Amino acid sequence: MEKHVVVIYPHPDDESFGAAGTITKFRKQGVSVTYLCGTLGEMGRNMGSPTFANRETLPEIRKEELINACKALDIDLRMLGYRDKTLEFEDRQTVAEHLKDILEEIEPSLVITHYPDYAVHPDHNALGAAAVEAVRHMDETKRPVVWAQAISNNFPDVLGKPDIVNDVRDIFDKKMAAISAHKSQANGVLGQFQQNPKNKAEILEGAKKALGKERFYIWDYDK
Amino acid sequence: MKPIEMEAVQQHLERFIDKEVYVHLETTNGAYASHVNSEAYNVGAYIRNAKVKFSQARIVGDGKSYRAGLKMEFGWIYAEGLSDWTIHGDNQLLLAGHDREGRLMVSLQLSEAPFRY
Repeated sequence: MEKHVVVIYPHPDDESFGAAGTITKFRKQGVSVTYLCGTLGEMGRNMGSPTFANRETLPEIRKEELINACKALDIDLRMLGYRDKTLEFEDRQTVAEHLKDILEEIEPSLVITHYPDYAVHPDHNALGAAAVEAVRHMDETKRPVVWAQAISNNFPDVLGKPDIVNDVRDIFDKKMAAISAHKSQANGVLGQFQQNPKNKAEILEGAKKALGKERFYIWDYDK
Repeated sequence: MKPIEMEAVQQHLERFIDKEVYVHLETTNGAYASHVNSEAYNVGAYIRNAKVKFSQARIVGDGKSYRAGLKMEFGWIYAEGLSDWTIHGDNQLLLAGHDREGRLMVSLQLSEAPFRY
């Protein structure tokens, strides 16, 4: 059994869309989970559907949504204070040091993050790379295992079969509850999985198809 | 935000004339544009809290979609596709254009104090 799992993603809602099922499985086993959320998604373009946020109210709204999603998932939350869309311009070693300090304090047995270069959003790639780097700098005897999540359309062709495939369709209601906590983002993102859905059941069906399996690669530090 | 009322917005724009003000100007089609559609391009730009001064300001449009132009000593600030507006916090003027799904495509914002975040 894992001792403590730390999830490192840059945006409020990455944890829900990407790993809510996996997180739920760990919480059911009684494993503590902490989410290190890089930014507040300040530059997101989804403003709710219908629109209820604007560029200036969005950060506080997403912060609130993030807190609610973490409550729904029953996990601890730390906000790292970076700014949306800027992580790739920060000094990677400085971000890695920041993450390493937190990991040395929490001493997790497992870290979940994005797979650098295969995670589509520049913030995903940059924070994933910093997280991988942070663990690399840790004392080898204290290093947690790293699960890296790829998202790009080409990842299975390039990276091969994922090491971990969590089928989370049996606990999909928990995942949808976490996603729905992100009110300003949920509809906009879910809409991408289903063109012109007729009703809620169709949206759920599209979401289940796209998000029902959470896949990860175990990072190989010997390569 | 609410649909742009041209006269009201024009009055607010004029409040900022000949003052040192902070501007947020942005356009985006999202970080996932080419991920969900391989024929699309990811395009976006923003400048936040640039200090500017302009001597003329005008909003023009057809009742649905508006353009705004601010004339500075050595150039212009321009935004197209604006559809909604609001006054936020301490008299900050926010203008934005959204697509059918309510996603922000463009924004032009003015404030006498720097924008937060």
